[in-house]
Amino acid sequence: VVSTQSTGQTFQHYFKQINLRTMLRRISSPAVSIGRAAVSTSAVPRTKYGGKTTVTLIPGDGVGPELAESVTTIFKEMAVPVEFEKIELNREQMKDEGSFDYAIKSLKRNGVGLKGVINRSADFRHHNLEFRGGLDVYANVVRCMSFEGIQTHHTGIDLIAIRENTEGEYSSLEHESVSGVVESLKIITQEKSMRIAKFAFDYAREHNRKKVTCIHKANIMKLSDGLFKACCKEVSEDYPMIEYEEQIVDNTCQQLVINPQQFDVMVMPNLYGNLVSNLAAGLVGGAGVVPSKSYGENIAVFEPGARHTWMEMKGMYVANPAAMVLSSAFMLKHLQLHEAGDLLIKAVKNVINRREVQTRDLGGSSTTPEMTRAFLNELDTLYKNQ
Amino acid sequence: SSGINAEYGHVSLNLTIRRTFGLYANVRPAKSVPGVITPYSKEGVDCVIMRENTEGEYSGIEHQVVPGVVQSVKLITRDASRNVAEYAFQYAQDHGRKNIVALHKANIMKMSDGMFLEQCREVAARYPEINYREMYLDSACLKIVSDPSKFDVMLMPNLYGDIFSDLTAGLIGGLGLAPSGNMGKDGIAIYEAVHGTADDLVEANKGNPTALLMSGLMMLRHMGLKSQADKIEAAVLETLTERKVITGDIGGTATNPEYADEICRKIRG
Repeated sequence: VVSTQSTGQTFQHYFKQINLRTMLRRISSPAVSIGRAAVSTSAVPRTKYGGKTTVTLIPGDGVGPELAESVTTIFKEMAVPVEFEKIELNREQMKDEGSFDYAIKSLKRNGVGLKGVINRSADFRHHNLEFRGGLDVYANVVRCMSFEGIQTHHTGIDLIAIRENTEGEYSSLEHESVSGVVESLKIITQEKSMRIAKFAFDYAREHNRKKVTCIHKANIMKLSDGLFKACCKEVSEDYPMIEYEEQIVDNTCQQLVINPQQFDVMVMPNLYGNLVSNLAAGLVGGAGVVPSKSYGENIAVFEPGARHTWMEMKGMYVANPAAMVLSSAFMLKHLQLHEAGDLLIKAVKNVINRREVQTRDLGGSSTTPEMTRAFLNELDTLYKNQ
Repeated sequence: SSGINAEYGHVSLNLTIRRTFGLYANVRPAKSVPGVITPYSKEGVDCVIMRENTEGEYSGIEHQVVPGVVQSVKLITRDASRNVAEYAFQYAQDHGRKNIVALHKANIMKMSDGMFLEQCREVAARYPEINYREMYLDSACLKIVSDPSKFDVMLMPNLYGDIFSDLTAGLIGGLGLAPSGNMGKDGIAIYEAVHGTADDLVEANKGNPTALLMSGLMMLRHMGLKSQADKIEAAVLETLTERKVITGDIGGTATNPEYADEICRKIRG
């Protein structure tokens, strides 16, 4: 049994070396941004004191705080050079507008964030939306990959759902024009459609993916989804090496439950993105195991892929921390701490596939801390075997 | 850069029929079909989608505000929401269904989906024996692909209903097996298969009539001809379970008429 003290010290030493190597690599290699999208999915680390990067942490509502705890525990034991600026932002805090604005400022300043889901509070504007709109975090990326150790109806899934996250049906423009008649506006703009299309194709190219599918309902919403589709088509012409196809969203949902292996990268407007990413997350194991990354011009936010707070289980420590921990691992990679990120991802996957420690959603009865401990033990083993 | 021109299309005939007869509720049952094995056959699917059929995102009201900015209007009215809710609860009561869940995104679309939910709740209060809940649409997508057996009757506005009912059709084996009914005022009811025209299968007579047949059975039941409907349904299910005389789309080699003859043979007994 290795004591946590020595584990921490070992990791600390390990990561001190990594930092030096990373810094040297950065100095010696040329800037790598050939044909990049408007946003680069790999960040320039913002270093603060002592080589540590400051990252905003927003635990959120429901089981969010418990999941955030898992991440902070793991990062502490790994002695990762990341410092969290923790901002409590949940339903109670929302009454104070100041704390919300502070969270936005913090994210702008740090450029990187890790968050849970914030529940809508009755009186205020929908905060998850404000986050994305105010910070212009416009591209949400959810990668759904089958786990060997999770029993699901389908196997061999590896799709990436890219969702435009700032406009569409989520424009929050509603009015009751006449009593009993409500109009809700869905906005699609050429600018944002082109932007997300370009992001999707760049992402596909960067990650060696072969096909991009545009998901739409232009047969019914001829102007709005028609515009989105036309933008995707135009952008696709700049990427002849990547196959492009279009599919109507109802058919997509059907295909996802019949033959999900056919999908590679999917790009879509806001609402369909919400449905498809949740559907796909359900196919590979549920909200507890799917992470996501969201990008804006100068900002990246990492959070679980299926945004559900699971309020009923708040405080009971039964939620699966895998999704949150995987999101934090992707955040490490974004900060160029690739060795740490990859190690953490491998540890989480090994634990899930081994099926010895399973939280309720995976069919077991382990608690959140037990799962976290399992990740840490696996990390220890992996590090020793390197 | 050059302007992007979105395409315009002609007004659909389906839409015209829907509007002419005021078909306000679309009923789409999805039940696992014996003989058609899908990853979900084991736990079994047996749910019904009640979809508002006249408004919502299908209002057809769209305009280009300025070049490059398009807005599409989703219309939700109290009356249409109440009509479909009333039909759903009455259907549930008539068919012995115990649970209704309303699917929505009222966290995002507070006023429109909020109004829809308001009407659902009002109607639910009049049917205390039916268990009524609400669920976010994305949660429902997540949960139904994990365990569809937990879903019974689902009630929702137009767009969600369209997407979700294709999802449930996929769970049972595809649109080729999906029946549907459209309810209008004054007892008008029009039943149709949901799938497309499948022009490539016409000449060789290879189309699968099951969806249309099931739709016909829904019609018979609506007309009160329950025993006849049950008899036909038993014959259809037996034919499908045997898997000897079935059409190509579900793994067989029979033509449309051959499949129909087999069913008739079973009815005659």
